[in-house]
Amino acid sequence: MEILVCVKRVPDTSENEIEVNSDGTDIERGDLVYSVNEWDNYAVEEAIQIRDKIGGSITVVSVGDDDAEEVIRREMAMGADRGILLSDKVFEGADGRAIASIIKAEVDKGKYDLILTGAQADDGAGQVGGMLAAMLDWPYASLVNYLEVIDNQKIKVGREIEGGNQEIHEINLPCVLSIQTGINEPRYVGIRGIRKVASAELPIHGAKELGISPEAVGHTGAKVQKVDYFVPDLGEGAEILEGSTDEIVEQLVELLKSKGGIK
Amino acid sequence: METVLISPAKAFVIGIPAVIFSILIPIVGTAVFTYIIAKRLAPIVKAKPDPRCDRVKERVANMFKYAIGQYRQPRYQMAGVIHILIFAGFLILSFRSITLVIMGIADGFALPGFGGSMGKVYNLLKDCAATFVLGTCIVAMVRRGIFKPERYAVPPRYGKKDHTWEAIFVLLLISGLMIGDMFFEGSLAAAQLQEGMETEIFIPGTGTWFVVNILRAVPVEQLQTIHLSAYFTHDIIFFFFLCFLPLGKHFHVITSLPNVFFMKLNKGMVKPVRWGVEEEDVEALENFGVKKLEDFTWKHILDFYTCADCGRCSDQCPANAVGRPLSPRFISLKCRDYSFEAYPLRGEMAVSQPLIGNVLSEDEIWSCTTCGACEAECPLLIEYIDKIVDLRRGMVDEGTVPQSLQKPLRALEKRGNPYGKMERKRADWAKDAELKTPVKILKNKETADVLYFADSITSYDDRIQEIGKATARILQAAEIDFGILGPNEKDSGHEVRRFGEEMLFMELKNSNTEAIIKSRVKRIVTSDPHAFNALKNDYIGIAPVEHISQLIARNINAGKIQLKGVEDTEAVYTYHDPCYLGRHNDIYDIPRNVIDAIPDIKRVEMLKCRDRSFCCGGGGLMLFYEPIEEKRMGQMRVEMAKKAGATVIVTACPFCMVNIEDAIKTSGLEGKMEVIDLVELIDRHMIVG
Repeated sequence: MEILVCVKRVPDTSENEIEVNSDGTDIERGDLVYSVNEWDNYAVEEAIQIRDKIGGSITVVSVGDDDAEEVIRREMAMGADRGILLSDKVFEGADGRAIASIIKAEVDKGKYDLILTGAQADDGAGQVGGMLAAMLDWPYASLVNYLEVIDNQKIKVGREIEGGNQEIHEINLPCVLSIQTGINEPRYVGIRGIRKVASAELPIHGAKELGISPEAVGHTGAKVQKVDYFVPDLGEGAEILEGSTDEIVEQLVELLKSKGGIK
Repeated sequence: METVLISPAKAFVIGIPAVIFSILIPIVGTAVFTYIIAKRLAPIVKAKPDPRCDRVKERVANMFKYAIGQYRQPRYQMAGVIHILIFAGFLILSFRSITLVIMGIADGFALPGFGGSMGKVYNLLKDCAATFVLGTCIVAMVRRGIFKPERYAVPPRYGKKDHTWEAIFVLLLISGLMIGDMFFEGSLAAAQLQEGMETEIFIPGTGTWFVVNILRAVPVEQLQTIHLSAYFTHDIIFFFFLCFLPLGKHFHVITSLPNVFFMKLNKGMVKPVRWGVEEEDVEALENFGVKKLEDFTWKHILDFYTCADCGRCSDQCPANAVGRPLSPRFISLKCRDYSFEAYPLRGEMAVSQPLIGNVLSEDEIWSCTTCGACEAECPLLIEYIDKIVDLRRGMVDEGTVPQSLQKPLRALEKRGNPYGKMERKRADWAKDAELKTPVKILKNKETADVLYFADSITSYDDRIQEIGKATARILQAAEIDFGILGPNEKDSGHEVRRFGEEMLFMELKNSNTEAIIKSRVKRIVTSDPHAFNALKNDYIGIAPVEHISQLIARNINAGKIQLKGVEDTEAVYTYHDPCYLGRHNDIYDIPRNVIDAIPDIKRVEMLKCRDRSFCCGGGGLMLFYEPIEEKRMGQMRVEMAKKAGATVIVTACPFCMVNIEDAIKTSGLEGKMEVIDLVELIDRHMIVG
């Protein structure tokens, strides 16, 4: 099975103190460290498990600047066979729709049976997967937390729905799936693995290679513009439960019951 | 001496000269034994290199101390005494057994020097030895078969087979050897007595003496049969036992001397990824760590062969005590059994399977805190930490790292600390240390005499920052010119290395080494035993390192630090030995002396202290790991302190502080038990002029 996984380089929320910059147009990026968007790791892991089971190959793509190369290489160290960086000056300021159309152009150049994206990105809106499927006119399932290949025509996917319930679908290939965390346990990528792929070939495709008109993407093509960033005001203070551990537990259970948290 | 019975060398058995058997049995026995040993050597030959031939004098001395001197045996009194007696008996009786084997071929044979009066003295000695060995075997059989000490049990998850039968079978073999000789000699003496001839001297109460008395009235023809039967019983058991040794836990009879000779001499260190491969070439290695049996070093396979199944390692192992799926004893036994299976005595060698998943489990290998209790206890000096680290290196290379550890590892890679905190905030703790002069940050051209290497937890953890501040105040009180690396300091990487991420460790080490050298300090001090061990044993080419307790002790002795009487006269203090200060670096007395320097302080010892100290739960990355366990190590430790009558636990390690403080809360002992770091205790009692 030929699998394409879309990944994104994002500021690592667990390893940064995120602050909004003074003019409210972006977050402070000076001290940030970046990593692969967490959901994308699960998507790549799932692709690796499918490939190792039934064969095929995995291509990882990312739309971003030169720095995005780092996250593609990390996913190659994890086990992806190929990486392609979709990068061009004219892509700057692209909104979700533009990113989906850039990826679509790359998909059209190849022959893929399955496209996986993370369910969302730490700094995104969770829209690229769905838009990409629509542009390709392929079937789409979001928030997938279970995946089973039936044959080369069909796969079975599970989605987590309201209340922790699970629904199972059969879906025809080729298709696009957005992958939820928890579908698997992504493998660790060590420094040694990253160094091993440090000099592996990594083509960069720009607007020209992809045959995209510069006006359709980037700032000019964006239909959504960022207007403001702000930190919400602090709300009312939290309630601190007091007493012995047993008493606290009892109070907590009562509270959860009364507010409908548990039945 | 005239004989009344025909000796084995001259006798006939069913018409065949018995000497034929006397020759055949040793030949067949030795041939089979050689064949088995050759088979057993196969995995050792295929294993990875491990240079262990240096420091020969020290190694020979160790061999005398631990192997021949049985130095660690009495740590378990009953079993230890039994073992020493049987071992001593074996040494004495080895000459007799060799003599007996040859006597079957050459009548009246005596080893050189054992002919005359020396032989007579030896004869008395060996009679005594055989008697106490037999007695000890009976005691041991009763102990193993009836009382069944708990540590020999085989929990279901480690195997179905109970090991009692093997132990008892071997004890029966040994008893058989003793009884065989007693009857061989006793039957002859009985016959001689009946004929009114002179006999050997027998000490009343020895086994042979009893046999002589029992057989006194037995007709000579029957005595002849007994004489020959006893001889061949001894001969057959002797060679059967020899060939049985390499099939199980009694392999240690053969392997323990070399195993102790080749023991690890550098405590606290971790073996390199591959011996003989330079650090800069490690990256290019095709295979990393241990994935298959042959990836172990030859010494580690010898360790597996040498395990005597005594269960002491697991009895001391804190992970085993709290119900984690780890028992060091079964690391050895499972790998030994697998080695026997993959390299069978007959048939083709099997293609080695990955160890993880087939022989060992992931959780088993991640459960170890590398506290070293097992290694401190093993009478045969078997190593575990290096094997665990090598297995983890293999898992890291395969990507099978628990999710709970992946996040801190990534943060260490990106930020140089496992919490993912900003590098530029690394020195923030020092700002509010209530010091006369602010702590120097050794960057750019700034230098100092002493570097205080704080490490990650002291730099970033709210509670542990107090240890950093107390340390800074002590250093200032002792008028030491010191500084910290601040943003230029990265995690020491102590646990990164011990969790198998060698390449990341090397990055951290190289970065720190460069920063330390640039700071031009003359000495390094740290309040974190993990950092202490890393800088002392893992780093090379940096200034000498000491733990803060050493510096405090020196300054107390020099009168530079003066202490007032204990604040709380009601409190009973106990000292908890951090693994990486005590067991890994032999610093036991210094912290105790420092505590005792506080006038009127009351201090008690916990039952498990010094090299038997019980790990608090582990440091560094272990704080992030979510083990499968029934209770917490820290809780068990707090219970031990309570049992000792203590109200304050003094420790000298930030991770012990975290674990024990948590344990006091979760055990509901708040207000009844306290924990304090040694530097905090001294800081509180320091007379500041």
